[in-house]
Amino acid sequence: MSVPLTLLGLLDREPSHGYDLKREYDAYFGRGKPLPFGQVYSTLSRLARDGKVVISEVGPGEGPDRKRYIITDLGATEVEQWLTQPVEPEPHLQTVLFAKVVLALMLDRPAGEYLDTQRSAHLQRMRELTEIKRGGSLVDALLADHGLYHLEADLRWIEMTGARLDALKKAVRQ
Amino acid sequence: MTIAIEARDVVFSFGQTPALRGASIAVDPGEIVAIMGASGSGKSTLLHCLAGILVPDSGEILFDGARVDSMTEAQRSSLRRDRFGFVFQFGQLVPELTTAENVALPLLLSGTRRAEALRKAYGWFERLGLEGLEQRRPGELSGGQAQRVALARGLVAGPEVLFADEPTGALDSLTGEQVMDLLVTAAREQGTTVILVTHEPRVAAYADREVSVRDGRVNAPDRIAS
Ligand SMILES: Nc1ncnc2c1ncn2[C@@H]1O[C@H](COP(=O)(O)OP(=O)(O)OP(=O)(O)O)[C@@H](O)[C@H]1O
Ligand SMILES: [Mg+2]
Repeated sequence: MSVPLTLLGLLDREPSHGYDLKREYDAYFGRGKPLPFGQVYSTLSRLARDGKVVISEVGPGEGPDRKRYIITDLGATEVEQWLTQPVEPEPHLQTVLFAKVVLALMLDRPAGEYLDTQRSAHLQRMRELTEIKRGGSLVDALLADHGLYHLEADLRWIEMTGARLDALKKAVRQ
Repeated sequence: MTIAIEARDVVFSFGQTPALRGASIAVDPGEIVAIMGASGSGKSTLLHCLAGILVPDSGEILFDGARVDSMTEAQRSSLRRDRFGFVFQFGQLVPELTTAENVALPLLLSGTRRAEALRKAYGWFERLGLEGLEQRRPGELSGGQAQRVALARGLVAGPEVLFADEPTGALDSLTGEQVMDLLVTAAREQGTTVILVTHEPRVAAYADREVSVRDGRVNAPDRIAS
């Protein structure tokens, strides 16, 4: 999750205060990991330094919440580009899991059992996400689904790899 | 912990083809268990043995303390009718009957009066979001609707165990998840034990736990069948 771009995106709707931005960020994107205030303000001042937002001081007094942040054309263009460009479809080829399987085979360890253990860990996480999905809002459900589909993809890989362990063993032990 | 239904070291062959080679599984009352595994690994055969549809060549099936594998055909058939419910991949509704009659069928077969059976069946239409479809024939339903009707039929008689073999296999993801959501909610409400065969992890994630079948044997993580 890119914090600067997400905050910029929120500002693309309307100017806002740091506190409100944090609240909205936490509600939609935080998922139990609230954004620290320090990070909100340091991110906003970097965005200001780079000319992507401007700060309008509203009202008298001290403290950061006097400030309203307004997106600039440069910032808006960046949000637009970010939204329209696809996310890098990373192949994740060098995952920890892959490394474990290959090493297990090289070391003559029970790779199949490791995969079984991984499968049940994945399914356990999928059950938790399914619970969240069944009990939560549509926003929660869609986020949980994103996690579920990714875990499912891993599981497919686990099944395929499990079915070809013998061949893989020959390949890595030559 | 009491056990609702159990297979002990079950062996089953279709002629020369071995399908189960010593499969064991124990399911607690009210538990929802997903049986996973590759195509041809023996999932459906295990489900059919547990449900008293197939009789193992050796090994035991226990339900509520009784040996299902040594029952007579008549005893097994009344067990299936009175205490088990079934949902399969393609609804398998009776095309000549209305959907309401299809849902009422298990009740009618076990001797419930027609008016009472239909009244109960109608209750399920509301619950599963199928209101207004009671008088249609199965041929006039979408796949997802037909599968919900099949689910209602599987649950209408308040079975102690629901056997579901790929109940979402013919549905798209969203419809399949709606069916699973309804299945789990209804099963929990009435305390029904569910044995769910699926090869889809997202469907299995609705269960309390999963076991995987490989080469006719059950591999259960975190729980060794004793
Ligand atoms: N009626 C039958 N006659 C002969 N062999 C059968 C029959 N039904 C299943 N088999 C064989 O028994 C084995 C186990 O089949 P089973 O249907 O239990 O697998 P499964 O795990 O349910 O597969 P799938 O995911 O494809 O439904 C397979 O080798 C299959 O070919
Ligand atoms: Mg099958």
